[in-house]
Amino acid sequence: MSKRTLIALLILAIVACALPFIVSNYRTFQLTLVLVYAIALLGLNILTGYNGQISLGHGAFYALGAYCTAILMDRFGVPYWATIPVAGAVCLVVGFLFGLPALRLEGLYLALATFALGVATPQLLKYHLLEKWTGGVQGIVITKPAPPFGLPLNPDQWLYFFTLAIAAVMFILGYNLIRGRIGRALIAIRDQHIAAEAMGIHNALYKSLAFGVSAMFTGVAGALGAVAVQFVAPDSFNIFLSIVFLVGIVVGGLASISGALYGALFIQFIPNIADEISKAAPWAIFGVFMIGFVYLMPTGVAGAVRLITRRKAP
Amino acid sequence: MDALLHQVLAGLATGGIYASLALALVMIYQATHLVNFAQGEMAMFTTYIGWSLIQAGMPYWPAFFLTVGIAFLLGVLIERVIIRPVEQAPVLAVVVVFIALLLILNSVTGWIYTYTIKTFPSPFPTQPLFGNRYLSSHELGAIGITLVVLFLLYAFFRFTPLGLAMRAAAQNPESSRLVGIRVGWMLALGWGLAAAVGSVAGMMVAPIVYLDPNMMGGVLLYAFAAALVGGIDNPMGAVVGGFVVGVLENVLGAFVIGNELKLSVALVIIIGVLLVRPSGFFGRTQVTRV
Amino acid sequence: MKALLVGVMAATLSVPAMAQKKYDTGANDKEIKIGNTNPYSGPASAYGQIGKAIAAYFKMVNDQGGVNGRKINFVSYDDSYSPPKTVEMARKLVEQDQVLFLFQTLGTPSNTAIHKYMNTMKVPQLNVATGATKWNDPKNFKWTMGWQPNYQTEGRIYAKHIMATKPNAKVGILYQNDDYGKDYLKGMEDGFGAQASKYIVAKVSYEVSDPTVDSQVVQLQASGADTFFNVTTPKFAAQAIRKAYDIGWKPVHYLNNVSISVGSVLTPAGLDKSVGLITAAYLKEPTDARWANDKGLEPFRNFMKTYLPDANIADNFNIYGYTVGATVVAALKQCGDDLTRENVMRQSASLKNLRLETLLPGITITTTPDDYAPIEAVQLQRFNGKQWELFGDVMTSH
Repeated sequence: MSKRTLIALLILAIVACALPFIVSNYRTFQLTLVLVYAIALLGLNILTGYNGQISLGHGAFYALGAYCTAILMDRFGVPYWATIPVAGAVCLVVGFLFGLPALRLEGLYLALATFALGVATPQLLKYHLLEKWTGGVQGIVITKPAPPFGLPLNPDQWLYFFTLAIAAVMFILGYNLIRGRIGRALIAIRDQHIAAEAMGIHNALYKSLAFGVSAMFTGVAGALGAVAVQFVAPDSFNIFLSIVFLVGIVVGGLASISGALYGALFIQFIPNIADEISKAAPWAIFGVFMIGFVYLMPTGVAGAVRLITRRKAP
Repeated sequence: MDALLHQVLAGLATGGIYASLALALVMIYQATHLVNFAQGEMAMFTTYIGWSLIQAGMPYWPAFFLTVGIAFLLGVLIERVIIRPVEQAPVLAVVVVFIALLLILNSVTGWIYTYTIKTFPSPFPTQPLFGNRYLSSHELGAIGITLVVLFLLYAFFRFTPLGLAMRAAAQNPESSRLVGIRVGWMLALGWGLAAAVGSVAGMMVAPIVYLDPNMMGGVLLYAFAAALVGGIDNPMGAVVGGFVVGVLENVLGAFVIGNELKLSVALVIIIGVLLVRPSGFFGRTQVTRV
Repeated sequence: MKALLVGVMAATLSVPAMAQKKYDTGANDKEIKIGNTNPYSGPASAYGQIGKAIAAYFKMVNDQGGVNGRKINFVSYDDSYSPPKTVEMARKLVEQDQVLFLFQTLGTPSNTAIHKYMNTMKVPQLNVATGATKWNDPKNFKWTMGWQPNYQTEGRIYAKHIMATKPNAKVGILYQNDDYGKDYLKGMEDGFGAQASKYIVAKVSYEVSDPTVDSQVVQLQASGADTFFNVTTPKFAAQAIRKAYDIGWKPVHYLNNVSISVGSVLTPAGLDKSVGLITAAYLKEPTDARWANDKGLEPFRNFMKTYLPDANIADNFNIYGYTVGATVVAALKQCGDDLTRENVMRQSASLKNLRLETLLPGITITTTPDDYAPIEAVQLQRFNGKQWELFGDVMTSH
């Protein structure tokens, strides 16, 4: 990593740690959600951006992670921090298993299968046989965690730092993954999968792994999201969530780690701005923003940033 | 037994809905090699235009054909103005533009026309054929119209030079340009035709499900499934796929797994079919050159 | 000395007791700030019309002078019917916009998501726009109150009616697979009590994303049911009514209160196909011929013409928004100059037989500190092909 990038990251870290003390609790809550979405988008980017497997159903893994946390906390009394790795592990396995049949599906067909997954998720969550665990249509209410060790923080600030810490861990994990052998293999499979196979990369294994890891990231995000919002219900995880995730990584920047953060900012704040502009047709404004971003920055915000910074370099 | 027959016939009626939208999806795919997520909303929006024309006093068939014409122009316009600028962008960026279109059309329609359902007239008699109580005359008529459109499309792509040019432009833009095909206009034409087919679908569907901005939302997954399961580049496959999906959905929902898991079953069927036949039942297997 | 005492007493007594003006955040001499979330986008955006109707109603109230001289500042945000968004917007309204209270937040899951928060923050979650039963719990959640007759009550009333009029009925139920549908289902099952399995022969669900419910109606006919409890939202209600007729199924047909509009449900379905429908209502239906010359509805009709000229008067949501708006304005008027959150809640829980002309005759609004259900009365009515005919007595849930 270049020195400039390191300095930028340092500044980002300082700002991130200072913000909860400067802004209101409400804004801190919003920023926590931004971090949550960033982790989710990073997960989707690993699969779609770096590995080329389109997923229109990542909301399902987000929901799975969220419900893991909710069920563990509410039905089994597990403390909130212990549920996060469990949610991640469950999603890793389920994602990998979903990745296996997905191996046979390419591009459009995979998009359709994941789209169906995204559409089916709320219905599955409402299924009456699972109601004992999922709470059915009523959902599950979660208690807000209090800061531990008597730290002088309010619950919102504590939650923010907790999420920030996990986000940092996940981003470092993601970065190492992408920069390492696995990442190169994923990219090779995306760009030239026949050549990749010919060169000895076990396509099937890597592709399924990509699914699993991607689901794990998004599942962890879902778990953190559930704790932040303190409520899970089937209607929170409909197909629109999956679609918004896809929009997030495209607008933020495909195959880019910083893109996950830009995308998270977009999907968190732009709908609110759209609502302020027009109450009559808020989605229309949101759609116009989306088109605008894609026109101006076809490679996403991260791509635009890269272009600008490259131009500035000697 | 009667119950099963009834569900199958009801399934054919809903299958007709899926088939007609699936045709529009195949249409756009054959012209552009892209799947347009906004196809359903475009169909819905143009159907509202038709509704406005009829409300203003125009008789049915003139309004019908005028709507199809307007839809065609709308499709061309969307391609030229909205899609053209992002042609060179990565595929997913174009998909995002489709999604944006979907949101905009849905939202604007709700704003202009409100969400109260509207009745859309049917050109077919109100009395069911032979007084049967399974399928209304409109449902039968809609299926008929879908088949007519299918036949017209098939003939167009297979036997006309223009159809051939469009297929060439989608499959191999570079070579097409070399032989003198105006690729840009072929794409616009493809969009126009797809929008026109979509408007026919919408006007056939609306009398059955009532016209409201969310009319096509639920249909999209099934139409998408029908198109892909039938083979995305095969109009006949899309129509057959639509009927199969409609009947399966009804029969399974009524007799096998209950309505509470219908969508999950759709998911399993889709994956199952694609595992066995990755290009769909009637699709041509894609051969990629190394 | 005595004279001095008398003088002082006289002076003290002659000073008129000045009503103390008490305000919490969101209220002052000029305005009352009220917050709201509604789905203005997304699959439930049809319900967003309620938010628009309420906004228009408050505008009318402001034009007529406001409430005790104060204008209502109605701040409504879109939550796309997504609970996480509702949480975010509720926090924005309470913490950033500093509203006095939240009013008519819409949706059961959306309100569940903010239930604890509102009660912890001690901000009224007033007249929530959902028919779920849990909002009537003043002991545990004193800051949350519903408004409309709840769905379970309605389901119970239908069950009781069936048991009284058709003891051998075989009931088939079509319900939307969400909290609204399931609440009605539970109400009817509870109404039948131990005999539920004897009465209910089929329960068939559908999703909001389904294109039609034709298959479900066919299933119900095939189950042998001769009584149909139709728990669907307007579009699907119209489909179900028409399909039942078309396939030659003639059950005793109970239609849930959400979809009773003559103009926007029965007319598209076919008035001739809707003959015999039974429902329990509490609001007058503006497109119903029986109220065509009703003086009581004139203010409402003028309101629609002036403040919502582009909206559809047949859309139930408009008269609903108007009536619930009138309810909270009555409570606020009762507050006088004490506009603390505590008092807003207290006055909302002290409405005595409030009569609003958009309600059916015989139905009034009453609340007490132990009874947080403003409207508990409904009346059964049957559709005769032209209009709804009330029959029987006004029924309450107890």
